[in-house]
Parts: sequence; C-alpha cells; structure tokens
Amino acid sequence: MSGSSQQRGIKRRQFLAGAAAAPAVAAVPLGPNGAAAAQAPSVPAAPNTVGDTHPPGDAAPLAEGQVCGSDHMVDVLKALDLEYIASNPASTFRSLQESIVNYGGNAKPEFLTALHEDSAVHYAQGYAKIAGKPMAALVHGNVGLQHASMAIYNAFADQTPVYVIAGNVASEWVRRPGAETAHSSTDQAQMVRDYVKWDEQPYALRDFSNSAARCYEAAVTASPGPVLLVCDAEIQEEAVHAEHMAQLKIPKISRRAKVVADSAAVEEIASLLVNAQNPVIMADRYGTTMESVPLLVELAEALQAPVIDSQGRMNFPNQHPLNHTQIAGPAIRNADVILALEPRNLFGMIYSLADLPVRDPVSRIRPDTMVIRLGTTALAQKSNYGAHQRYAAADIDIAAEAEATLPYLIEAVRREGNNSFEARGQRLRQASSGLGEATRREAAHAWNASPITTARVIAELWDQIRGEDYTIATECQFQSYWAHRLWTMNHYYNYLGQSGASGVGYNSPATVGAALANRAHGRLTIGIVGDGDYMMQPGVVWTAAHHQIPLLMIVHNNRGYHQEVMHVQRMANRHNRGIDRADIGTTIKEPDIDYAAMAKSMGVYAEGPVSEANEIGPAIRRALAVVGNGEPALIDAVMQPR
Amino acid sequence: MFVRIGAVVFGMVASGLSGAVLAQSAPDGDAARGQSLYESTGCYECHGFIGQGGAPGPAIAPPMPFEPFVLQLRQPRLVMIPYSEIVLSDQDAADIYAYLSSLPPPADPASIPLLQTMP
Repeated sequence: MSGSSQQRGIKRRQFLAGAAAAPAVAAVPLGPNGAAAAQAPSVPAAPNTVGDTHPPGDAAPLAEGQVCGSDHMVDVLKALDLEYIASNPASTFRSLQESIVNYGGNAKPEFLTALHEDSAVHYAQGYAKIAGKPMAALVHGNVGLQHASMAIYNAFADQTPVYVIAGNVASEWVRRPGAETAHSSTDQAQMVRDYVKWDEQPYALRDFSNSAARCYEAAVTASPGPVLLVCDAEIQEEAVHAEHMAQLKIPKISRRAKVVADSAAVEEIASLLVNAQNPVIMADRYGTTMESVPLLVELAEALQAPVIDSQGRMNFPNQHPLNHTQIAGPAIRNADVILALEPRNLFGMIYSLADLPVRDPVSRIRPDTMVIRLGTTALAQKSNYGAHQRYAAADIDIAAEAEATLPYLIEAVRREGNNSFEARGQRLRQASSGLGEATRREAAHAWNASPITTARVIAELWDQIRGEDYTIATECQFQSYWAHRLWTMNHYYNYLGQSGASGVGYNSPATVGAALANRAHGRLTIGIVGDGDYMMQPGVVWTAAHHQIPLLMIVHNNRGYHQEVMHVQRMANRHNRGIDRADIGTTIKEPDIDYAAMAKSMGVYAEGPVSEANEIGPAIRRALAVVGNGEPALIDAVMQPR
Repeated sequence: MFVRIGAVVFGMVASGLSGAVLAQSAPDGDAARGQSLYESTGCYECHGFIGQGGAPGPAIAPPMPFEPFVLQLRQPRLVMIPYSEIVLSDQDAADIYAYLSSLPPPADPASIPLLQTMP
C-alpha cells in the first residue's frame, strides 16, 4: 500500500532539532579565513530534467552510532516483551519496519508477513490466547486499519489483548499528494475507538515510550483487550540528535497484580454456595492459564456442583463427571444458586431467546434463583457496539478476576464447614454416566456417509492425536461440538473459545497465531475451518509456510456459508415462498473451489477434496506426518453441513 | 452449547417400531424424489444429508410416525421453520418421508472399533 514516488517539495521541519526550515538553495560554505571553502564536486543534473532545482542528495544518512526515531520505537517494543509483529507492509511505517528488521535484528519483535491486515490482527488474537500475552500487529494508515477493524472488534469482544500499531503522516504539510494523503488522518483511532481499550498518538518522539507503555498496560490489565498506538511517519524517520537522546527514556514495565474480589464478597458467596441445595457453576471466558482448570475442578468438587461450560474458553475437563454441559437444561432449571465465572453473555446463560417472529425471552432459571456474576467484563465496556451483550442483572455482581479470586473462594467454602455433598455428587455422576454411550450412538449415525459426517472426521482425528499435547484453535460449534464430546480436554490450551464477535474470517488466522505460540511448546495445533471462513483469507497458509509454523488445517467444506443458508431458508419458509432458492447467494459451488490446489500453490502440503469417509483417516495421518516435520498441512474435507 | 433441544419433541417416537411398520402408516411416496426434495427444500441444512442430525436439528432417520411428522412440518415445535402446504404439498411430505424411511438404520456403535476407543 505505499504511495508512488513524487517530486520532493519543501524540506521537512525538524521537530527535535528545532531548526528553521532549510533554505531551498544551500548557502556556500565559508572556510576558516572567510573565503569560500573548496566544495566537493556536484553531480550535474541530467540535461532536460524538468524541475530538478535542488542540489543532489536526500537527507543525510544516519551517522555512525546515530539512531532515528523508529530505532527508539524498537527499543521500546523490545522492553514491552513483544515477540512478534505481524504486518502487511506499507509506507506509513516503512521506517519502523526497517528499524525492526535492521536495528532490532528482526528479533523480539520478529516480523511476520501477513497477506492482509485482518490476518495480522487475528494472528495476534490466536497467539495471545495461548501465550497469555499480546503480540503486535502493524497496519497501514487508514486503509490498513480499516482492513484490520473487524479483527480488532473480534479481539475486543473476545477480551483478548492485541497490540495494534498504525502508521500515519500527521502533518498535512509533508504528506505527498495522492495515496499518502488519502492514507493519513487527523484522528486515526476514531474509526476503532468504540472497540479498543485505549488509543494514543504521540506527537513527539520523547512521548512515544510513555504512550507505548500505557497502551501495553491497558491491553493486559483486566479485562484485557486490543489497543491502538498511532505512529507518525515523520517521527519514525527523523534522525535523533545527540542532545535529545537524554529525553528518550523507557519507563519500567510494571508487574501487574491481579484484581481479586473483596474478602467480604468472597465470604458471602461461599456461604451461599455451601448452603445451596442445587448450586451450579457456569463458566464462559474463564480458562486462560495453566491454573484455571485445576482451580475450578477443586471448587466444583468441594461443592459437588455441576459445571456448565459456555465454551468461551476451555474451562473445565470435558469428561469430568461434574461437567453437565450436555445436560445443562435440568441443572440450570433446578439451580437455587448460580455462580457465573467470567460471563460475557450472562443474559444468554440464564435466558433463551428463540429465532422466532415473536422474540420473548424465556427464563431458564427459577424466579428465586440467586445469580452471582464474578468476572471482569464490567471493567472494560463500551456502549456503542453490542459486544457487551444484552443486559442481565445479577443478584451479586463482583468485578474481579475469577481465576485470581478462586483460591480464596475455595478456602472460604472449606471454612464454611464439613458439609458433605456426597449424595448430590452421586446423583450428578449418575446423571452424566450415560453421556459417553449416547455420544457414541449419535456419532455412529451415518458413519460411512458421503459427505463425511463431522463426527467421523473428529473421531478419526482423535484416533491419531490422542497421545499428543494439542490445541484445537477454531470454533467448534460448526462441527456440532463433536471435539468436546469425543476428545479429552483437560487444559486451557486444548480449546481457545470463539472469535468474540463472530466476525467471519477468524478461524484460519487464529489457528496460525495459536500455532506460532504453540511452536515454542512443541504442541500440535489443529484448525477446522469452514470454507466460507477460510476464503476470507486463504493467504494465511502462505504465512504459515513462509515462517515454518507447523499446523494442521482442515477445511470443513460444506460448499457454502451454511449459517446463512439456514438464515435465508428460515426467511423463505416464513414468507411461504421459494423454499428451494435459499442457496442463491449463500453457497460456494459451481464451480467447487479446489482448496488443496490453492494451498499447494502457496507451498503448503495439501490433500483433497476428500469426500469418502474411509479416506479421511489416512489423509490425516499423512498430513500429521508433515506437521511433525515442522510444516503446515491442509486437508480439504467435504463434510456434512454440521 | 450443543444440547439437542429437539430431543424432547422427538421423544414421542415409538422407538420400538421398525422402519417398515412406520412406512406402512404413511401414504405412498417416491423415495428418489423425496431425496431430491429433502435437499432442495433445505431439510438437510439442519438434519444432515442422511437425517443423522447435528447441532441445529435432531436426527430424523428413521422417522417418527407419519402423522406427527407432518404435524411437525406444518406447525413445528421449538425453533424449526414451518413448511406450509403452499410450499410443500402432502405428497411432497410423503416423498420425503419415503426417503427417510428408506435409509439404513444407524450403525451400532459397538460395531465400530474406533468409537469404542473414545472416552
């Protein structure tokens, strides 16, 4: 996205030096005796070169040991512990990119080439969910940020930290006409301000480090989320004069304490839970660290309370007898106390609202059920966009980090007394004991069908990865949550939840980002990506190949935007017409896209289309062998819609 | 969440009845035409191409008795979309029913070694 070269106008102002603008024609230098000093021979202008009235040569290159503004910026980024910076290259941050690559040695941060700015931000979203810290995404002024905006919204709704840096040419005086001017703005963050936690645009290099540090703190402090730091191109490119180096301080980066609920609140909810007849724990965006899941197991077992996992993250072991997600209805209906941990959508947890012409919410709980919300959503809300979801009142609302609070809550529960919940536990184990058999019975249905059932693909995958440390990085509702029913999930990183705002195009780049973070752990990363979602950004597999990021990507090829097929079908049926025309504008067929050929064209091992059930297992085996060698692999699997 | 909300509705199926008995209670239908209708009118979108079900809709093969089947088509419970006689005739319904009745029964999971290794 760089603009084309233009003839130079008036030389730029020099912010730091405070010097006046240089004259259009250089003065003749004088020697020590006042006479004209000998001058280096000048390069004569080419004959008939119109407009070449300036002496030859650009701004003087940096002297040895001298730095430019973006070099200092890289020093700051290194202090922020940003391992990677994903970007589609552009002119408004050309200096920062050069500084990253040369001055910074292309390490921490390492430049990750993205073929789209949306991909860059989604890489960072997937990365953060594994690594527990942000990654940077660098985007072009205006148009790059516009491309990235949906991904930023996804990250915001998903409460995931992403450190977005955008280039800009703040001063109109120096903007080259054409693209550079069109790609610059006065208040660039305005377009995303409703869905970033914080944004800054420092106007001098000496302010950059403070702005960068504030952005970082906002990104990682509960509730985490995306931030935007706008970097002026002039500030990036200017040489730093020696006398100004002292102004370029890098603030220390704080260690942040967790936000824990106050002790009185903890005691109160412990008492409520212990004295409840049918306590229920509902977890949404809870599981984000290695400690999350064991803590929730400890609490659930201490109370012998069922856990309903809303799958905003991997919150609770899926095969644990207290995991009642598959049979949530009775548990919620009978609950007298509900503890909701990090709920993004409390309304959706306790009400149902069917997609019917008349939309009346139906309560899933009793009128006397006490609802306790323990989470950080309220700490970073913005009013305009609906990411905050519909309002639902809780009886007790605690704005604190659920995981950080849980150890104290567990202690308080134990202090309440030696209540034995064994009878309740036995009842709950009995209720969930038949789930495995029911799951296998359902999975067996159409086992050998073509298109291949989602159950078959998931089962065949598990057969080959069950001994591995793995992450499935994609949204699993599109495969009817078979992974949650057939696999074993015990760690937060086994499943990363959802996109946040359901912005289509999240799944494949999030898989790449998660795989980038998992590479350090030698962990297998799998993505099952709908074909419509995949086609939003097919270039992500190129990035994975180029940067040697091992992952297995399976294209869930149901030949369409299936959710939208169902939506249009619903309208046709309701309107009593054209019920056989819902595929118009919603399907991806005729011609069928060859996803394997596309991936191969980008240097990725790929197979497909695989449409026979007995072929999917061997295809997975071959692909996993490639992934085991440190490379990405893709399978185009023609599958049932859900 | 992936709870099958339709399971309650279809719990009314007389599970002991065989597909042949169920089909005998339905009017004659053309299974081949029924398969074409099943796909073109969108049934597969929620119930899968083989009536195996999925998150959006429960399994419907083998089908329930014909009368409640048509009732669910015309005045659906829960979130299923309606198929009125204007857009789907009784004969169309019979043909779709014939298709669903013609499908082989679900495999016994005990006969699938891979499934027996699942947790």
